[in-house]
Amino acid sequence: MPVSRAPAGSGRDLLGVLHPSARALPGPQPVTPPPVATGGRLSRTALGLLGTAALLLSVAASVRIGSADVGYGELGRALGGRLGLAVEPLPPLLDSLIWDLRLPRVLLAALVGAALAVCGAVLQAVTRNALAEPYLLGVSSGASTGAVVVVVLGIGAGSLGVTGGAFTGALLSFGLLLILLRRGGLDSLRIVLTGVIVGEFFAAVTALILMASGDADTTRAITHWLLGSMASARWDVVVIGAVTTVVGLAVTWACAGALDGFAFGADTAASLGVGVRATRATLLVVTALMTSVAVASVGAIGFVGLIVPHGVRFLVGPTHRVLLPFTALAGAVFLVWADALARIAFTPREVPVGVFTALLGVPLFLLILRKRGEL
Amino acid sequence: MRITVENLSWSARGTTVVRDVHAEILPGETVGLIGPNGSGKSSLLRCVAGLRAPTTGTVRYDGEDIRGWDARRVARRIAFVEQSADADSDLRVADVVALGRTPFRGRWRGPDATDRAVVDAALRHAGLTALATRTWRSLSGGERQRAHLARALAQQPWGILLDEPTNHLDIKHQLALMELLAATDQTVLVSLHDLSLAARYCDRLLLMCDGTLVATGAPEDVLTPGRLRDVFGIDAALAPDPAGHLALTCRGVAAAGPD
Repeated sequence: MPVSRAPAGSGRDLLGVLHPSARALPGPQPVTPPPVATGGRLSRTALGLLGTAALLLSVAASVRIGSADVGYGELGRALGGRLGLAVEPLPPLLDSLIWDLRLPRVLLAALVGAALAVCGAVLQAVTRNALAEPYLLGVSSGASTGAVVVVVLGIGAGSLGVTGGAFTGALLSFGLLLILLRRGGLDSLRIVLTGVIVGEFFAAVTALILMASGDADTTRAITHWLLGSMASARWDVVVIGAVTTVVGLAVTWACAGALDGFAFGADTAASLGVGVRATRATLLVVTALMTSVAVASVGAIGFVGLIVPHGVRFLVGPTHRVLLPFTALAGAVFLVWADALARIAFTPREVPVGVFTALLGVPLFLLILRKRGEL
Repeated sequence: MRITVENLSWSARGTTVVRDVHAEILPGETVGLIGPNGSGKSSLLRCVAGLRAPTTGTVRYDGEDIRGWDARRVARRIAFVEQSADADSDLRVADVVALGRTPFRGRWRGPDATDRAVVDAALRHAGLTALATRTWRSLSGGERQRAHLARALAQQPWGILLDEPTNHLDIKHQLALMELLAATDQTVLVSLHDLSLAARYCDRLLLMCDGTLVATGAPEDVLTPGRLRDVFGIDAALAPDPAGHLALTCRGVAAAGPD
């Protein structure tokens, strides 16, 4: 009895390129233009130049802003003097204001903004959750607890330092989060709720330590710092922040292909050649490190990792090779301006910058939840 | 690519899900993996895809034992399409298909001319060129499945494994997808729910029941009325339809099912 099957071999001409035997494409391949131009999305080169210019201008503008006005000329003279150029030296007090207070503060804001924004983008990809962010997942709270343990209780003050304490706290909170999420699916509400629980737990521990051991002044200072404040920026902190941010950005950017692969879940990522466990572990440790350095230097600033990556995805698309550098750039610009706002909005009083990021972030958080039909 | 499975067993949390499977899939064959829900099809596919390490036994690609291979080495040989793998993402179709180039890409290198040419060809082959700039979220189920197949083809694999690719597709897209699969030169192992599709488009079938492989062979030899009754619990028969395609004629639930 004749049994016919589906026709085989149709479209075989197209298979030339797709078959593995054609892996090394022969001869001068007529390179078809990529089917996707940057249609609808801005040219990346232009956007990159624009972003870099915006960052430099923001830093310069932000240095001028504050209780005492500084002109661009004076800023140039302060920088020129340091670089050994023949410029008219500034009065020592003004030079110190620019060099020791304003500049490290603004640079630290840029570095922390870049680090937190990149952490958000990475965590969103790894957990496949649009709401993942160091602060919302409780990692910032864990880092705060670690820092407070070192500062207030003095445990590990010699060996760990504040950053080491914060890093330990961040890893602990990540560990707790992963243990709590071990079973069951990874739907976004569940991850965020678990993160909030972890964050509340560590916030309670921090409060307990402060109430039990801190005197009134320490408690006030630390509470202010916990809400996020750049006021304590110094050059040594800036250097640590710069190293961490650059290394973190390099490592995460090297994992950009893997981060794209995670979009369809762990099995699809693995089938694309991503070493899922190693990549996940690397990325979680790197984000914990970046978060803890940020928390140790400026406190727990929330929502940067939520606001910035979502905005940037809208501009350049979700491919991480492009997304991560632009997220870093935008995060830096964002926090520089948020900090400038914190300095001048209620002069002479300074508002913790975390208050402003939260005021912007909470509505966005609700918007995302609503868009996903989960609220 | 020849895929060989020897004495393969796989257990999870103390339960043996796949038990002592022997199978061989020849280069260029399209083989259907069938069986009732929970018979171990997905787990067997994941072992063959190198995503799960078998508890005992061996998987060979062209005679080479893949135990200990890293994910990248496996991914350069074989592509895997998960059952309705979904993303909450604004990735465009071309981006999704470009994911198939991941195993060939260096850490610091962006897509080059070869990557673009392959992605382009994969899009064309799956009939997705016109949809290349659409976002994932805006696609229908059938378009998503085709995008996954195009992504698998962009891996330039020697073999393609698919887990229930026709689920949630309307009949036209089911047929279109199966025709695409049957037309590829690559070795294909595809798990299927629909026995008519399996019989019509596959060169051979592997029938699983309770984690063991109970029959292999040409569709008409595997899907006998006896096995349809014992394994699937239906009173049915496989016969050529007027056009000469094998089709399943189902009379109802078997009187005395396996339950």
